Amino acid sequence: MPSMRDIKEKINSTKKTRKITKAMQMVAAAKLSHAQERAGEYAAYADKLKEVVSSIASGKKSGGKHPMLESRPVKKTAYLVITENRGLAGAYDSNVLKYTQNLIAEKHQSKDEYTIIVTGKIGLNFFEKRGYPIAFSKTDLEDEPTFDDVIGLARQAVGLFDDKKIDELHIIYNHFVNAISQRLVDNQLLPLTNIESAPAVKTNYIYEPDESDVLESLLPLYAEGQVYGAILDAKAAEFAARMTAMRSASDNASDIIDHLSLAYNRARQAAITQQITEIVGGAAALE
Amino acid sequence: MSTVHTEIVTPAGKIFSGEVHMVSVRAKSGELGILPHHIPLVAPLEIAQVRLKHEDEKIVDYAAVHGGFIQVSRDAITILSEAAEMKNDIDVERAKKAKEEAEHQLSTLHESSEGYPEALLKLKRANLRLDTAAIADPVAES
Repeated sequence: MPSMRDIKEKINSTKKTRKITKAMQMVAAAKLSHAQERAGEYAAYADKLKEVVSSIASGKKSGGKHPMLESRPVKKTAYLVITENRGLAGAYDSNVLKYTQNLIAEKHQSKDEYTIIVTGKIGLNFFEKRGYPIAFSKTDLEDEPTFDDVIGLARQAVGLFDDKKIDELHIIYNHFVNAISQRLVDNQLLPLTNIESAPAVKTNYIYEPDESDVLESLLPLYAEGQVYGAILDAKAAEFAARMTAMRSASDNASDIIDHLSLAYNRARQAAITQQITEIVGGAAALE
Repeated sequence: MSTVHTEIVTPAGKIFSGEVHMVSVRAKSGELGILPHHIPLVAPLEIAQVRLKHEDEKIVDYAAVHGGFIQVSRDAITILSEAAEMKNDIDVERAKKAKEEAEHQLSTLHESSEGYPEALLKLKRANLRLDTAAIADPVAES
């Protein structure tokens, strides 16, 4: 049985841990609200962009299709996997990583058929350790990424597709549903196939100089925007996941402290009882 | 005089939203001045200034818009760009620094070498920011 001093020390250290997890929970909560704000700001841009792109894409009939809209035989697929740097966010990373691992095992026979683009140290370590081919990675994303931070990564990814080094680009990340739940999302980003949904109000635009030129400059913008949107979404999910993880860590710490306090009190009682017995025994022996 | 609702939207949010009388932009195909009731139009933009002329002609807002495109629909004009700033939001110090960096890069690189077009674009953006920020206030438009 541990001594009273041991128990006391354990209680103290658990209390300190609880302080830290509580602080982290609050930090995550604050960052979550920032991330949500950003995602809201971005949504205005994304909606507009989508409206224009889909109205062009669905209205366009003449001439050949833009390469970004056209599915070609898939020889190589790229997976853009979004993870984070720090861990301590529950199953946030392992969900994404496991899903990717299974997906690859299911769909591809050899390493030539796919490549991985990854953000976040956790994901990078995971894939490096297992010897997956990594096209490039980004591990210095801030907690509140600006468009400028992300644009390099997005351009590189879209560039791979443009240069025909890859024929499909998927993006896998945790989607923020609400503060207590995240959902895994696997989106095909390129080629853009789901874009030709008919817009609610059909407007016949004039294109200056012409449709294909407009598409030429619009589609990369759209694809890059999608990557940024996904990263914002994933960041929000990350903070939500971390908040939940830290809340349950704090709850667990409280439980442990309760248990330990009980054990401590028992030990104290036992010690007192023993002392009394000794005194009583000693007194009896003197009589 | 009629006006049209105009917005400038970037990934970081709306930087301008309001009623204006005329929007002039430089599209890839040339200068465009758009008045209310314009036919629906979509055009990609250059890295250039955007002028927003208000109903009171003396008030003109300037924005530095770095590419993107303009979408004119029946009752609204939207300028979408990956980066754009209103005149008063421009960080002049940063733009100056960026300009110096870009000029330095350009002086060390050859036209055909890698990174040259990027540096050129960077210089263009920095110049645009500085030019836009330097416009005297208030501006009497001729």
